Parts: sequence; C-alpha cells; structure tokens
Amino acid sequence: MNFFLTIIVDGLIQASWLFIVALGLTLVFGVLKILNIAHGSLYALGAYVAATAVTMAAARSLPPGVGFVAMLISVALIASAVGLLLERGLLKMFYGRDEVVLLLVTYAVFLVLEDATKLIWGVNPIYATQPYELFGNLEFAGLYYVGYDLVLIPISAAIGFAIWFGLNRTITGKIVLAVIHNEEMSVSMGVRVNRVYAFAFATGALLAAIAGALTAPKISIQPGLSSDVIILSFAIVVIGGLGSVEGAAVGALLVGLARAASVHLMPQAELFVIYLVMAGVLVFRPEGLFKREMARRI
Amino acid sequence: MKSVLSVQGLNKRFGAVVAADALTLDIPAGQKVSLIGANGAGKTTFVNMVTGYLKPDTGSIALDGLDIGGRSPRKVAQLGISRSFQIPQLFVELTAAENLTVAVSGAGAKPLSFRSPAQAPEIHDKAVELLGRFGLADLAERPISELAGGVRKLVDIAMALVRRPKLLLLDEPTSGVSAEEKFATMDRVIHAVSPDAATIVFVEHDMDIVSRYADRVIAFYQGRILADGEPSHVLNDKEVRLYVTGGAK
Amino acid sequence: MNKGMHPLLMIALVAAVTLCGRVLPTWTLSLATIAAANALISLGIVVLARTGNVSFGQGLFYAGGGYCVALIANAWGLTDAVAQVIIGAICGGLLGLVIGPLIARYSGIFFGMLTLALSMVFYGALVKSTALGGSDGFNVGRPTLFGMSFADPREADFMLYAVAVVTTGIAGIAATILFRSEFGLASLAVRENNLRVEYLGLSANRIISINFVIAAIFAGASGAFALMAQRHIDPQFAYWTTSGEFVFVAVLAGNQSVAAVFVASMALELVRSFSNLYLPNTWQLVLGLFLLAVILFLPRGIGSLWVRSKRGTAKPGVATEREALP
Repeated sequence: MNFFLTIIVDGLIQASWLFIVALGLTLVFGVLKILNIAHGSLYALGAYVAATAVTMAAARSLPPGVGFVAMLISVALIASAVGLLLERGLLKMFYGRDEVVLLLVTYAVFLVLEDATKLIWGVNPIYATQPYELFGNLEFAGLYYVGYDLVLIPISAAIGFAIWFGLNRTITGKIVLAVIHNEEMSVSMGVRVNRVYAFAFATGALLAAIAGALTAPKISIQPGLSSDVIILSFAIVVIGGLGSVEGAAVGALLVGLARAASVHLMPQAELFVIYLVMAGVLVFRPEGLFKREMARRI
Repeated sequence: MKSVLSVQGLNKRFGAVVAADALTLDIPAGQKVSLIGANGAGKTTFVNMVTGYLKPDTGSIALDGLDIGGRSPRKVAQLGISRSFQIPQLFVELTAAENLTVAVSGAGAKPLSFRSPAQAPEIHDKAVELLGRFGLADLAERPISELAGGVRKLVDIAMALVRRPKLLLLDEPTSGVSAEEKFATMDRVIHAVSPDAATIVFVEHDMDIVSRYADRVIAFYQGRILADGEPSHVLNDKEVRLYVTGGAK
Repeated sequence: MNKGMHPLLMIALVAAVTLCGRVLPTWTLSLATIAAANALISLGIVVLARTGNVSFGQGLFYAGGGYCVALIANAWGLTDAVAQVIIGAICGGLLGLVIGPLIARYSGIFFGMLTLALSMVFYGALVKSTALGGSDGFNVGRPTLFGMSFADPREADFMLYAVAVVTTGIAGIAATILFRSEFGLASLAVRENNLRVEYLGLSANRIISINFVIAAIFAGASGAFALMAQRHIDPQFAYWTTSGEFVFVAVLAGNQSVAAVFVASMALELVRSFSNLYLPNTWQLVLGLFLLAVILFLPRGIGSLWVRSKRGTAKPGVATEREALP
C-alpha cells in the first residue's frame, strides 16, 4: 500500500513541474501554431538564472526565503524579456511559413541558446540548493518527504488555475482564446494578433522558466537539461492534444505517474514507458486526448 | 432503368445541425442530376458521404448494387465514383500537365512505377488530351499556382475524369466564374465530360444553368430532400421557391 | 520535369570524385568521407521530405544500422566494408519497413515529433542496455575490403573514402531516377494535397511508407560508414540532435537537386571544422545561426541557386486551408 502511495506522491511531484512546462508549450502552440523546440532551453535558462540569483542571495547572507523570492522575480523578469525578444525580434520574420519550417526555426534557436548558456554559465554542473531546505521535511503516512517537493504541487495547481482563470475569466484571456480557436475571425473582429502572439509567447517563456527555477534547487544544472525537458514536455502535449490546457494537465499527470512508477518498478524503462503511453494514446486518439479531430473543408 | 447510385435512409448530424435527414434516392445510368439548395442545406455533405469522405451515421450507399458505405475515398474512387471540388483540390506547385500525369499514372492497373513519365508517351498523351478537351492545352506547362480560379476548376474536373467514372459528382462547377461566362464554361464542361462520364450529379446555384443542363433536379433544405423530379416541376414547386430559389426566378 | 544530368554522366562524375581522393590531403579525405556519409542520410531525409514529411528521428536508423553492423562484425568477424554497408542498409530498411507504415498516417508536426520520439526511445534503450556497452558504446576493428586489410592509415582512409563516395554516388543516381519517376511525381503530389491523391484512388500512406523505407535504407548505410570511420559506436548515434544535423543538411540543400545535398553536407563539415578550430564550444551556436540564415535567405535551399524552378511559390490559402466541418 505504501508502495503505491510512494509512486502516486512521486508522480504528483513530477507532474507538478512538468505541467508548468507543458502548459507553456501548449499555450504557445495554441496561439502561434508553433511547436517550440527551444521551450526546453527557456526552462534551462530559468534554472540557470535561478541558480545565479540563489547563489548571489546566499553570498549576501540573505535568508533562504528571500533568496527564493528573489529567484522567482529575477527569473520572471529575464524570461519574459527573452521571450518577447525572441518573438518580436526573430520568430516574427517567419510567420506564414510552413509549420515544419517554424519547427526548424525553433530548433535553430534551441541550438543557439544551448551554446549561449554554456558560454555564460560554463559546462560544469551548478547548484542552487539553498531553497530546498526552506520547507523542512515532512513525515507522511510513514514516508519522509522534502517539504519543498510537496509545496511544488499546490504551486503548480495555483499556476494552472491562474492560467485557466486568466484565459476564461478575463478580457485578455478571451481574446487569446478567440485567436486560438479562429484566428481569421479574430482578425476580422479587430483583434491585434501581433500583440496576442507576443503576449502568449512571453507567457509561455515565463512558464518554462518558472518551472526551471522551481526545479533548480532539486537538480544539478548542466548542459543537456533543455534537451531532456523538451523531450518530456513534447510527450505530454502530444498525449494531451496540442494547444489544450486540460490536455497538458492530464498529460503531465500521466507522464509524471508513469515516470514515477517506472523509476520504482523498472528503472531501465523510464523513457520507454513515457513514449509507450504516448504511442498508446495516439493509436486511439491521433490528435491527443483533448483535441477534436479537425476535418478539412472541401 | 438500372440505378448507378442507390442511397437509402442516409443520416448525418454535426452536433445539433442535421446535415442529412433520411436521404433516399436513386440515380439511373445516363442521367444528369442537379442538386440545389441554400448554403448549409446538405448538398456537399451528401457528396462527401457518397465519396466516402464522411461516414454517414446511418443508412446505406450502393454503387451498381454494391454496398460502398464506410469505404474510404480511395476505394470509392477505384470502384468508379469520381468528384470535383468546390475549392479545387490540386497540387498547386506542380504544373497542370503534371497534375493530370499523377492522376493518369495513378489510374493505371499497375502500381506506380519508377519510370519517368517523360518516357511513357501514353501517359503524357492522355494528360495533354484531357487538358486539350477543356481548352487548356496552352496552360499545360504552367504551375497551378499561376492559374486563375476558373482554370483551376476545369483542371480539377479533368482530374476527376481520368478513371472514366461510372458516376461523376461535380461540386459547384461554375462557382467563381463570372455570370457572362457561366454558360460557356458549363457547355465546355458538359462537352468535355461526356466521352468519359455519362452519369453526372452537379451541385449548382444558378437556376438558369440547372434548367438548361439537368434532366432532374433534387432540392435540399436543412438536410432533407424538399423536391425531386423534372427541372420545370421542381423549380416551380412552392416550397422550393420559398426556401431554395427565394422566388427570385 | 526538371532536366538534369544524364545518369551516365553522373557515373563518370562519381568515378572522377573517387579518383580525386588519391591527391587530396589526409585531413580532407576523412572530412570528405564523413561528408559523403552524412550526405547519404540527408539525401534520405530529402527523399522523404518530398512527400511533405520531415523526419527528426533518422538517428534511429543511423544507430540501428551502425549497431547491427558493429554487432555482426564483433560476433562473426565480418569486417568487409562493402558487406558492412549492405548490412547497415538492410537493417535500416527493415526498421523502416516496421515503422514507416505505422507513422505514415501522421503528418506535419506530428510526423516530425513521432519520429523524434521513436529515436529517443531507441536512444534510451541503448543507454540502458549494458550488453551493448550502455552510454559508452563499444569499439570495432578496422574495416577490410574484398579480403585486403589496410595497415597504412592513408590507404585505409582512401579505401573508406572510395567506398563512401561510390555508395553515396549510387544512392544519388538512384534518387535522381526516383525524383523524375511517376512515383516521384506522386510523392510531390502527396506533399501538395494528400486528400486529392486519395481521391485519385492512390494510397498516400503507401507512397509515404515507400519513401520512408528508402530514407531508412540510406540512413542505415550511413550509420555503417560512421561506424567504420570512428571504429566506435555509442547511443549518441540515435540522439535527436544527431538527427537534427542531418535535417539541417537537408534544409540547406533544399529538395530540388541531389547534387545540392552533397554540397550542403560538405559545407556543414567545413563549417564544423573551422568552428572547432577558431570558435571552440560554439559549434551549435554557429550551426543555429547558419540554419536561421538559410531559412531566411535561401528558403528553397542552396539547390535553388542553380536549379531554376518553374514551379511558383505555393500560396498559402485555399488548398491548404483547414477548417472544422460545419
């Protein structure tokens, strides 16, 4: 019984940060129709900036709580700026091109960001462990958990709710939804799509980077991180359906649980299990769990 | 007379919209049938179901007595139903001749070969002959992307003829053609189509064209058949005038 | 049809390039061998891309071919270069035959991501399999040719160069014939409008699958070359960024000219060696910027520099418009 509980709690912890990353990816796809390979790099950027912020805070002997807040604020600012810069400065030039061409463009951005982070932060692993002790340890049904890990779950739920609320209950959100559902119609209704694009991409970048920052204290931050994360989040959004917020949540849960289960049961099969889930979903729902199949009007 | 197409109790809904409501009809060989009705009346849905693009919720479709319900557009095409499209479905970066070449080489009994079509005169000749019939020989080497909408419609119809279909469905063959040229275009289409397809169903909005070219008219309204019969009879039907032709003509 | 070289002329060209290897300096020789091997796998991507589908997971077949050859070489002592290439091609082809029909029904981004995903599953499996050396991989011996072994490294390099150039040359000629054929034209038609292809009574999935298998065969053979050149194999062969470089060559080349693939592959290798020399640790950065520049300024690849296309640029709109049914 405890064994299953362990898997479920571990799965939830995994799912919580994966959801934040996937949410950003699916939002960007929904609005811009771009599957952003560089999304993983934005996650890594968040982790690196977080490490720098935490280390700087610790060097000034600020309490870890202040370091944690400073970390989130600096990551949010830098990621939004980088997101805006990428969308306005680069992606904009390629709009209207084939979706596969846009995929290649983001692949190029991924390559550039990968080396740029190496140039800034070096190739050796760096750490930002101070905030990890922030919430102490918890005993829960006879198992010990790091408080920080468990706190990620409500944080992720809150972010998910904020995005859902923002999309469904605010004017800006409704405009974004309108662009997701029918761009042509929104344009004819006077929506300034350029602004929606910039806003959505910056939000996507922000979500990726915040997820990176939140996980930074748990991991060693090193090259290759972006690649691992993008591979996982692709699986999630494909399972859930590209562009679907609910899909990202369910996909993240499935992947988180599958990952946790395989870590405890068959560690060799970790990546394999995730893609097995994905393949299984695609066989029955080629467009993912939460997407209507669109037929072409002829 | 023998029915080429026989449709029984065809139903299709999209959410709350009824696109086909118990459609039952027979089309005998050699007939030219026009489908009329306002946008959204279910004409294109009917064409899509007959060609296997949409699966009806219930009902049966038979071609020459063979049940073809649930078969893919590919199988349906192989069995002898071809269609043209309201929005021409062409290979826009290929030339008109290349479009027809794909159609002709794909219609052969053998699978596609690794031989160059340039070395297969019979394929090339057939492609050029078909274009010539529609008066498009001069445009054969032009990419579709450079051709006007009306020309694209003709290439689209030419593609549908390659298999010499038992039943040819034309979805708005004259839409996008100016009012003055409509008759000329339709004349050309009917003339070009006749050597390869005797049984034709065409969706049409222009009632002058309908009364001139159709042997029979089927009027659609909200997924149902409102009237079915001789053009003069159907076009003067009270309900048809009210819901379909709007009393304009 | 785009007019191009006569096949006989191409054979002469391949022979000439092979003999050129006699006078090339050693470093160019190994560079050219890698470039030829990369051109082979990238040519496969171009073949497949003509159906409108870009594979981001050719590393799977590259690694599949490479591992298969390496295992057979170590188990049975089969070191003949030509035999190894054939084995690599067969292994790649068999994998393609299994995978191709399964994913042919997906298109666009989904196709790209699924191929990527499959290659990453393979990568994951390779890393975890201790029998295959895990993430370190394992070594193989020097290749031989028709019973001859090459003790002199320069001779060994030339032998590999010659086999690589001839193999890739043959693949190039085959691809040219393919591109000009009925089947090649129908492949372009699938890219343009797969629905119409189906309405013509043709199977778009079948056309995609056949092209997929051809691409997998090329990738498997290419993997055999990479193995022979490095005399070592590891899971990195299947990693998605490895596949990404091949996609890069294909994009740089465009899909209008087979020769462009070779030029693009050579250009990539030259840029790689210069960036290693002068800008260490920024290879990916250089590659990324290069890729962006190509997409921006040469959207149809370098092939468009010398192949004048009579095909107009596709206008997005009517034919590709996707909408929900009413």
